[in-house]
Amino acid sequence: MLEIKNLSKNFGGFTALSDILLNVEPGERLGLIGPNGSGKTTLINCISGLIQDYQGEVYFNGENLNSLVAHKRARRGISRSFQIPKPFTSMTVRQNLLIPLEYAVRADDLQGISIEEQADKIIDDLDLNEKSNQLTSGLTQIEMRKLELARAMAVKPKVLISDEAMAGLSSSEVDDILKILITLNETTRITIIMIEHIMRAVMSFSERVICLDAGRIIANGTPDEVIKTPAVEKAYLGE
Amino acid sequence: MSRNRFYIIIGALLVLSYLATHFVDNQYYFFAGFAILQLMVMALAWNILGGYVGYVNFGSAAFFGLGAYSAIVALNLFDASLFAQIITGGCFAALIGFGTGYLTLRLRGVYFAIATLALLVVSETLIVNWEFVGGAAGTYVLPKKNPTILGVLVVGKQNALFDNYKELLFFLMCLIALATIIICSLVENSKLGRGLAALRDSEEAAESMGVPTLRLKLFATTLSASIMGVTGGIFPYYMTFIDPLSAFNLDISVNALAMPLIGGTATWLGPVLGAVVLGTLQQIATVTISSEVNLLIVGLFLVAFVIFAPSGFLGLIEKYWKRGD
Repeated sequence: MLEIKNLSKNFGGFTALSDILLNVEPGERLGLIGPNGSGKTTLINCISGLIQDYQGEVYFNGENLNSLVAHKRARRGISRSFQIPKPFTSMTVRQNLLIPLEYAVRADDLQGISIEEQADKIIDDLDLNEKSNQLTSGLTQIEMRKLELARAMAVKPKVLISDEAMAGLSSSEVDDILKILITLNETTRITIIMIEHIMRAVMSFSERVICLDAGRIIANGTPDEVIKTPAVEKAYLGE
Repeated sequence: MSRNRFYIIIGALLVLSYLATHFVDNQYYFFAGFAILQLMVMALAWNILGGYVGYVNFGSAAFFGLGAYSAIVALNLFDASLFAQIITGGCFAALIGFGTGYLTLRLRGVYFAIATLALLVVSETLIVNWEFVGGAAGTYVLPKKNPTILGVLVVGKQNALFDNYKELLFFLMCLIALATIIICSLVENSKLGRGLAALRDSEEAAESMGVPTLRLKLFATTLSASIMGVTGGIFPYYMTFIDPLSAFNLDISVNALAMPLIGGTATWLGPVLGAVVLGTLQQIATVTISSEVNLLIVGLFLVAFVIFAPSGFLGLIEKYWKRGD
């Protein structure tokens, strides 16, 4: 479904990604781990189109996405949340969700349900009802994270990439977000790629995990296999 | 305000402005009214890019001046009517706006502002060196005698729509201002306006949520520039003389930017309020103190508002409104 072929990206003399090969299957739950600076966010920036001047190819459902800018990739069903939340601050929570529903979702995919109702349903699913008509400045950390996910869900994606949606949350809040993502994956069968530093979360969530280090994939397998790979231990803990 | 009531008020204001040209004798009011309305339209146009999208444009005077000078070119080449001059000004400025947008909208923040300032300097230099439109010395525009539209005499002493050009120009400027208000209000309440607001809040997030940010920015720049060009297109007739110094004056850019910032940038009401309050003060100061004190007033207001009321008049009103609840 999502195929990444020989993807490389340099920032000046710094190699952020080097020759990445990756296939993601429909409905898969993929974990993406790696130390800080290993290239995880750069990789999803390349997939979502915020970075376009990379080498290599990104295919989605057989279509080469290289020439497509980010909003066109969103309309094809690639959605992402941001590590540092970027809410539309002049809008209420509900209005934040109406933007992707109005701009990214095709009329057919709405299945005759109005975008307002769709927004309300997502707000209900994520338990944001109380804040629905409030500006985003009044949100708590967990609510802000939920809004990031809600907005990414409002794109009606086929692939949802969650970039550290749980950073800074308490253990029970992490469970909340995990539950949302697992329910979403099980009910709609959309592919979810989770970038996460909280190992407990990413290991319990993922069917497959890949580990990046210095722009290369150093491990690719089930959570158990990956965590036992010597290279992964070395990347995180040193020799 | 319901849409219907909004349009009724706009229509009533237009009728009122026409009636004023018949019942007000003192011509100074039309002269001053034109100046205030011109500020208002420039402020509204600036706000489309500066307020809705968050891109600060220092080159408003470039679009204004190019509008004015393309009107002069139309006049020199085709002996164009006032109406044709205004349309020419709008179209040419729209074209330049689109081109400028295409070249500069990848720049953000202060870099975009500097690029627009450069456009102003380049345009002025070009016109200064172009003899066909009068070069640095400027050129005169002599209003046509007994102009008609569809067989109706527009300006004349008897049986005409207006007694003189000052009244006609005042009415036209009212028409332009009201039309601009309608355009701004339509943009604000449309899918387009919501997309612009999203991209102002976070360009990356907007793009990732399906908003075609570059296309929307280009549209905003073109629309904003064309309205400024229309305002410029009518300007030579108002002054009956035009030179690069007055057409590309930085004061125009500063005023266009200051009025929305003082009034409030969120909706069309902000620039309108800013222009009415500051424009009137400027006119009073021009008559009572000196014309040079104008920019000082704007400057002091701007500093005061940026420090004490960053959301402008509208923000202040909203704040006290909420406190009252």
